[in-house]
Amino acid sequence: MLRYIVRRLAWAVPILVGISLISFLMIHMAPGGPISVGTDLNPKATAETRARLEAYYGLDQPLHVQYGRWLGRMATLDFGDSFSPDGRPVAEKIGERIPITLTINVLSMGLIFLVAIPIGIYSAVHQGSLFDRVSTVFVFTGFSIPTFWLALLLMILFGVKLGWLPISGIGSLEYHSLSMMGKIADRARHLLLPVLLTGFTGLAGMSRYMRSNMLEVIRQDYIASARAKGLPEGTVVFRHAMRNALLPVITILGLSVPDLLGGSVIFETIFAIPGMGQLFYQGVMSRDYPLIMGILTIGAFLTLLGNLLADVGYALADPRIRPE
Amino acid sequence: MSGSVGIRRNIARRLLRNRLTVAGGLVIVFFFLVAAFPALFTSQNPARIDVANILRPPSAAHPLGTDDLGRDVLARVVYGARVSMKVGFVAVGIAMAIGLVLGLLAGFHGGRVDMVLMRFVDIMLCFPTFFLILAAIAFLSPSIVIIMAVIGLTGWMGVARLVRAETLSLKERDFVAAARAQGAGTLRIVFRHILPNALAPILVAATLGVAGAILTESALSFLGIGVQPPTPSWGNILTVGKNYIEFAWWLSLFPGLAILVTVLGYNLLGEGIRDATDPRLKGR
Repeated sequence: MLRYIVRRLAWAVPILVGISLISFLMIHMAPGGPISVGTDLNPKATAETRARLEAYYGLDQPLHVQYGRWLGRMATLDFGDSFSPDGRPVAEKIGERIPITLTINVLSMGLIFLVAIPIGIYSAVHQGSLFDRVSTVFVFTGFSIPTFWLALLLMILFGVKLGWLPISGIGSLEYHSLSMMGKIADRARHLLLPVLLTGFTGLAGMSRYMRSNMLEVIRQDYIASARAKGLPEGTVVFRHAMRNALLPVITILGLSVPDLLGGSVIFETIFAIPGMGQLFYQGVMSRDYPLIMGILTIGAFLTLLGNLLADVGYALADPRIRPE
Repeated sequence: MSGSVGIRRNIARRLLRNRLTVAGGLVIVFFFLVAAFPALFTSQNPARIDVANILRPPSAAHPLGTDDLGRDVLARVVYGARVSMKVGFVAVGIAMAIGLVLGLLAGFHGGRVDMVLMRFVDIMLCFPTFFLILAAIAFLSPSIVIIMAVIGLTGWMGVARLVRAETLSLKERDFVAAARAQGAGTLRIVFRHILPNALAPILVAATLGVAGAILTESALSFLGIGVQPPTPSWGNILTVGKNYIEFAWWLSLFPGLAILVTVLGYNLLGEGIRDATDPRLKGR
């Protein structure tokens, strides 16, 4: 097992180098290079910013030297200073935004798990039933609906018409004067719609995936033999089939990280949630160049981490795939 | 040859038997017509500003109402179909071209080439696609051409993996060995024997890819970093809708419905083709 983990980590090293190379090259392939991209179109950039950037990127050095330096800075999470008026270090700005984004994504992953897996199992076991057909329609709609539009509709319904839920921010004005329980309830009301919406697309995909896994497993010989020896159907479904069908789901969770992060840009922008996605959007709108590159690199790193965790989790859960 | 005709007829029959697939196909045909002949569906000019009729609800003169500049929403939705179709097809065309070439190279050559290309795919897949697209748009200014290129350039990885897997399994088959024994060159083997047999899964990926590209474009345009006004796109009509969310529901409802129905059409058709052509799914 340990050997497997070490091998996966060894696989991640060239990927990490590749991520850094692509990020680095993106800076240099952008028309006009980093300085002009960052400053020509940015009215806030002064001659002084320009000079600071020249020095920061060390543009007089040969490319491989520049890459080496840049890599050294990445390793210490030094992404440079933001172009925005506050001029704070990018790493600091991202650091304070990450927790809320991760909270929303972890909560919506939990939601996906809790709802999608029962739907998938039930659909597969009762293939062709009314429930199966209705959930299939739901799944296709979930795949096809623009989530930002669904967000608009839910905002109109729950925020404007019914007035049940707040439609922006993560806390009411009086948040700081609330009791402990009040704070939790207030935060929950603000996060409810964003979490539901973030989970929505994943929900469709996951329940579909669980359904086809179950259908696959149910056809296996060991299920037939479990039935043949007279085990009750419930035992066959839950003990024999479900446990095997659940395994690949771990991988999908790891693979869903980039989509969740991408979605956070849209939802955090719509709901005015001060997370990493909103920060990224603001960075794009103001061409805050160091910030964009910092978030892009961190996003890739989080994705890689998700993949690694999923691989290791899968290997822990299923001894068959450990190659030894 | 007669066997292959039989298989094709069989696939066509299975496609037509699935009502949802047919519905998906019809939706796509319909929006194609809308995009190709917009004048048949609206007599209004989508750019005509009419300050006397701002934010009017649906009426006989304006079946889907008017926007904040008094422009006809139906006309904007109709002309917006052009943007969606164009972006969907060009972006997927770019992604398919790159994915096909790299996937064939990796699968056919194997060894080092395969290793390097697949690591490259692994690396690209680590970047959240939407982040990559946004970063690229921040460097370049948003326009339809840039949007199409960027969606295409960030969407080829799945296709490359798929084509590689198909190539790997097909190149070991007896008919490829037979072709090679007869002296067929690499290009002939690729175009006559490998690609035609990998066509179905590629077609499925392309169809589902168009759905994804349309969704991405609409999200970008909604965020104000996609297709720029005054060119109408379903996404940027929704941006206006969001600004008037409390007074003008028609601005939020109809463009979103158009996106939903179109994307649903491509998804249903893609899944239908998969069901009809993938022998492993028979009877599901």
